[in-house]
Amino acid sequence: MAAPNVRCTSRDQYPRRWAKTLKLELRGITKSFGTLVANDHIDLVVESGQIHSLLGENGAGKSTLMNVLYGLYSPSSGQILVDDVPVNFSGPADAMAAGIGMVHQHFMLVPVFTVAENVALGAESTSFGGVLNLAETRRKIREISTQFGFDVDPDALVEDLPVGIQQRVEIIKALVRNSKILILDEPTAVLTPQETDELMDIMGQLKAGGTSIVFISHKLREVKAISDTITVIRRGKVVGSASPDASTTELAELMVGRAVNLTLNKADATPGAETFKINNLTVMNDAGQRLLDDVTLSVSQGEILGIAGVQGNGQTELTEAVLGLHKHVLGSITLDGKELVGKSVRQVLDSGVGFVPEDRQDDGLVGELSIAENLILDLYKSAPYSRAGTLNRAAIAKNAINKVAEFDVRAQSSQDAADTLSGGNQQKVVLARELSRPLKLFIASQPTRGVDVGSIEFLHKRIVAERDAGTPVVIVSTELDEVLELADRIAVLFAGRLMGIVPGKSSRALLGLMMAGLPVAEAQEQMKSQSESGTTEEGAQP
Amino acid sequence: MSGTDKNVPAEQTPGTPGAPGNPGAPSIPGATGTPGATGAAGKPTAPSAQGNADKPGKPEKESSASQVVREIMSGSAMISVLAVVVALVIGGILIAITDTRVTTAFGYFFGDPMATLKAIWASISEAYGALWRGATYDPGARTWQGRLGIFETLTFATPLILSGLSVTLAFRVGLFNIGAKGQIILGATFAGVVGFMIELPPGIHLLAVMVAGAIGGALWGGIAGFLKAKTGAHEVIVTIMLNYIAVSLVLYLLKNQLRDPSSSNPISPRMHETAMFPLLLGPNYRLHAGLIVAILAVIVVSWLLNRSTLGFEYRAIGANPRAARTAGMLVSRGYITVMLISGALAGLAGVTQLAGTEKILDADIAGSIGFDAITVALLGRSKPWGTFFAAILFGAFKAGGTSMAINANVSIDIVAVVQSLIVLFIAAPPLIRSIFRIKEARSEGVSA
Amino acid sequence: MSIITKSETPKVADAVAVRSWKLPILLGVLAVFAVVVFVVLGPSGTATFRISQDTDAWQVPNLVVPAKAVGVLVSIICVALAYLAWRQTRDAGKIAKWVVMTFAVVFVVGMMVWIIGGTTTQNITLVGLFSGAMLITTPILFGSMSGVLSERAGVVNIAIEGQLLAGAFTAALVASITGNAYVGLFAAAVAGVLVSVLLALFSIKYVVNQIIVGVVLNVLVSGLTGFLFEKIMKTKVDGLTIYNQPAHLPNISIPLLSEIPIIGPTLFRQSIIGYFMLILVVALWFGLFRTRWGLRVRAVGEHPKAADTVGINVNRTRVLNVLAGGAVAGIGGAYFTLVAVSSFSKDMTGGLGFIALAALIFGRWNPIGAALAALLFGVAGNLQSILSLAGTPIDGQFLAMLPYALTILAVSGFVGRALAPAADGEPYIKE
Repeated sequence: MAAPNVRCTSRDQYPRRWAKTLKLELRGITKSFGTLVANDHIDLVVESGQIHSLLGENGAGKSTLMNVLYGLYSPSSGQILVDDVPVNFSGPADAMAAGIGMVHQHFMLVPVFTVAENVALGAESTSFGGVLNLAETRRKIREISTQFGFDVDPDALVEDLPVGIQQRVEIIKALVRNSKILILDEPTAVLTPQETDELMDIMGQLKAGGTSIVFISHKLREVKAISDTITVIRRGKVVGSASPDASTTELAELMVGRAVNLTLNKADATPGAETFKINNLTVMNDAGQRLLDDVTLSVSQGEILGIAGVQGNGQTELTEAVLGLHKHVLGSITLDGKELVGKSVRQVLDSGVGFVPEDRQDDGLVGELSIAENLILDLYKSAPYSRAGTLNRAAIAKNAINKVAEFDVRAQSSQDAADTLSGGNQQKVVLARELSRPLKLFIASQPTRGVDVGSIEFLHKRIVAERDAGTPVVIVSTELDEVLELADRIAVLFAGRLMGIVPGKSSRALLGLMMAGLPVAEAQEQMKSQSESGTTEEGAQP
Repeated sequence: MSGTDKNVPAEQTPGTPGAPGNPGAPSIPGATGTPGATGAAGKPTAPSAQGNADKPGKPEKESSASQVVREIMSGSAMISVLAVVVALVIGGILIAITDTRVTTAFGYFFGDPMATLKAIWASISEAYGALWRGATYDPGARTWQGRLGIFETLTFATPLILSGLSVTLAFRVGLFNIGAKGQIILGATFAGVVGFMIELPPGIHLLAVMVAGAIGGALWGGIAGFLKAKTGAHEVIVTIMLNYIAVSLVLYLLKNQLRDPSSSNPISPRMHETAMFPLLLGPNYRLHAGLIVAILAVIVVSWLLNRSTLGFEYRAIGANPRAARTAGMLVSRGYITVMLISGALAGLAGVTQLAGTEKILDADIAGSIGFDAITVALLGRSKPWGTFFAAILFGAFKAGGTSMAINANVSIDIVAVVQSLIVLFIAAPPLIRSIFRIKEARSEGVSA
Repeated sequence: MSIITKSETPKVADAVAVRSWKLPILLGVLAVFAVVVFVVLGPSGTATFRISQDTDAWQVPNLVVPAKAVGVLVSIICVALAYLAWRQTRDAGKIAKWVVMTFAVVFVVGMMVWIIGGTTTQNITLVGLFSGAMLITTPILFGSMSGVLSERAGVVNIAIEGQLLAGAFTAALVASITGNAYVGLFAAAVAGVLVSVLLALFSIKYVVNQIIVGVVLNVLVSGLTGFLFEKIMKTKVDGLTIYNQPAHLPNISIPLLSEIPIIGPTLFRQSIIGYFMLILVVALWFGLFRTRWGLRVRAVGEHPKAADTVGINVNRTRVLNVLAGGAVAGIGGAYFTLVAVSSFSKDMTGGLGFIALAALIFGRWNPIGAALAALLFGVAGNLQSILSLAGTPIDGQFLAMLPYALTILAVSGFVGRALAPAADGEPYIKE
């Protein structure tokens, strides 16, 4: 695996005014929320002018640690040192004053403000009497844009900008404040592989300019490609550090805490009849914009279709349209020849569709209701759970006991509220509910987002088992690894349009090109010309 | 890394130790026979810690009303009692410092401090004594009606129970029904039209009055529910505005179509006898059969919320409308139906006012019941029976407040002060805890 | 396995576009109303608008218009504009702003002519209409500015009514005791702040739902002022209720400006509260949209976490704004007892605090918008009381409903979209 084309400018070529760099050290940082310890005596040294990666699973405590470092949370114990001087941050203002900047996983931008207003916020230039002077801010934005080759209009409203640009606004925000240590929290989650490369290029420039970078990720390839040093966190503790030449397997084992089988053992699909068909599906929002544009695909019984794409390219709309959650839908969706467009959610579910929504806390579960009640959330009207409008509590409880056992949901009691469960166990509850009916179609969106590895394996196996039972399965995931692992065929969406459908064992590079907006034919063309000129980024091993 | 990684069986047999029939014991994860499986099968609490570690801010995203419901319902009964105590103490302080006897005695406080204390005691005990006797039993009263204030308490409580249920029910679906006042007015107006303009046989007439009142209230509540469901208009704003529109509307009708021709004031004619609730304890007491309707409503709403599939939908929608929608529930239909039912309950409260106690419709038929209903629902922690007892308590305050105003010369306004303080204290358990230095028994999840 | 390829260029949009028909429907209904009411049921004769008072330096002749003819003209314009709105919605999906604005102005003119033409006297003094309206507009406006201050920072303020009432009571009491209206005014501001202290304490520190706190505070203030009114203000000393005879704030006429027809008597013959009001609206607008303070306040109301990450203290900003709002509403309350009438009476604010809330929403959380809404509601309110004496085709109660009905239309999206600050009502909890 070769490193992506990071432009490594030597530091010596840079003017000396950038030379002031900072070293950052964390000693014994502990942060607990009530009884839960998110960070447990974490030690970390970020040498000045280095890219230091923090690698860990979802929920390992990376973001909490960075929020402590940025002054958003105060540590329960421990010390932060900047250039060997102990500092005490009572808020982000202190952290910024100390030269620390942060690009949050969920951007901290006010949508209704312009770029300039967002950049100025908190560090405003003012003329007499506190009157805003945005001209100065606009000038700085242009200066930084030119320096790094950003294309950012200071007067654009942030809500109108694509996420990639919004991320650059966040970086500008940090640079305007003269940040010498930049924390990037899962910055690539919202980017295409190509945009990711651009970001890494920017990180290289920043590093060359003397900025220290803390790069938080759970993606091994990116971490290996860009880092000077890697620290691995698991369950709130530092479990080791590694150099970027460490093998992917080594890093994965360190991250997960045991040998992991990165590939799922599943038999080849034996597709049956094509029972689920989507024809010329278009989904619009209230303003008439096409969120999904003329998509046609089909899924056979006993087959998993993976839908890949960067977040926000129409995947959500596709699944929601199938379920009947969208108002403005054109085209047709048929299951066993029956039209689903225009049907209510209830009718769609009753026709045999199982659905795992992408955000289980927002869409999949009612946190305040008990686990038992959540397990019948879409079955409460049918026997044996209710009769003549009255709930049958005994049947509900019995079902809960069975499902909790079958799906290995780890809970004190099935009468506990669902939001007391961990992410993985919540997802098991959703899956248990959705798989408890006889299904003709199973759709799972982001089935393992924010789930620990043990649960991921379990959930994946259940999904494959459903396929093997002959159900057509659609998996939507923004994690390319997950799609590659599960899917028998892969459809790629970009800007609401289908870039094409390729076999499940297609190369990452090809999929990356498609995720960046190239239709499959063009992408294959480009792959071919690249391999001819010998600049393949990554082996296209089918 | 050979691929024999089957430590979690895909088909978990129900025979896993400790799992079936014993939900109290956490089930033990499957075999952990793979080398290097060090921390994977940890304590059952550990994954929970991890799942939430990166997003402790999650509670912020909850809808505000559901958060309120959760806070209200998770507080202990102790907090309620203490809240009442603190509110009464503050009310007592107010009564004492505005009593001329106390201020006079305080004039020579350093000469005779006991005189001040005695005056304070006299002032407060007189006022609260009158309140208590007026609300329950007054052995000193000349008439039997005056003696048994408890029946007056129940009379005042009747519309409070019904309107409190109205607010409670909407609360559980995540809606703030601030519009009980308007719904009461519309309910009473509809009931009045049937009650004094139409002649019907006894029994049927009262039934028709109740149905008309329920329809009137449902109509007014339904507007808010419909706008919420179809346009997303915030029900708080809409119901507040509808309250004022209702007042103007009934005033207009009372000046024109519904006016009693023999009166120069904007009031309606008297209800027909057949349209009125029978008195339960004879002509000496105002207590009427509306109380029975109210108690039946408590039972029905309690069943509806806790036992019925509709209530299950309501609770799911109230706690997480998006998940409810994804599970096939019709959220907008839920908003509309609950506001119809909620409005009908408030409308019935209007009926009990008109056909039970007032007998004549005027623009002030709702009095302060509309806002009292909110405080009753909050004190009752959004539970039907809690609302019932809260309504009795506030009914007692009203009945006792009247007697306090007459016998102890303390304005009945003090009751509004005490009532609002109770609700504030109940809504802020940390405050009560800090006043009484109670430690929080057990932290509830991640709530801050 | 088949590979489906999509062409690069998207197809021309299908005929079905998504558009809202609410506004054209509303305009259509109003246009029909205009035809039926202004023309078919319209009064014959003239409507006279008297512009100058006898005392004015410059005399402007009265405006006399034929009621029926104006009704016909207005109806034609309304129908034409409604048709235009329907066309624009069909073709472009949205309606040009000027169409709605013109419609609103023309309709209001038609309404006024119809109402005045229908009265027995068939004339109205515009100065009386507007300067009388200020009696209602002023407290509404102060209340809505209190709402702007706290809601722009993300705290819902249902307690405006309570703040006004507390201000009215305290101003009366203190001005009676001290004999100085200005001291009373200051005390009213303090009383408003005290209500805000409770609002901030419970909604920000104890994270109680802001709507509940607001509703309950209104009851609390009503009860408290009612109780103290009975206990203190009704106490007679030598046959006089000395605690309820506040000194009055004098009217100050500004030379020249006060001579301008209509505007002069309305805006430039006021007490100090009136002038403060004019400054406040402009200052708040400028402050919110042109200064560092405003940028931070709006950020806190829109996205508190983003504000926090750039070092802005979210809850302190909110507390300060809520307190400032309390002071503003307290002064608005003082207007009742120091300017409008001469003594306090129980619950004398009579729901104007809720109209202030309506003005805030109808004015879309913008100080200028809220001020114009307050003016509209004040004129409607005053028209109602003028008409109750003059015998009219429309019952005053329907004018009384106007602010509330308009607000419902606004929050339902019939009159544009009334969008609150994104984090309005959301508590900000830090770990």
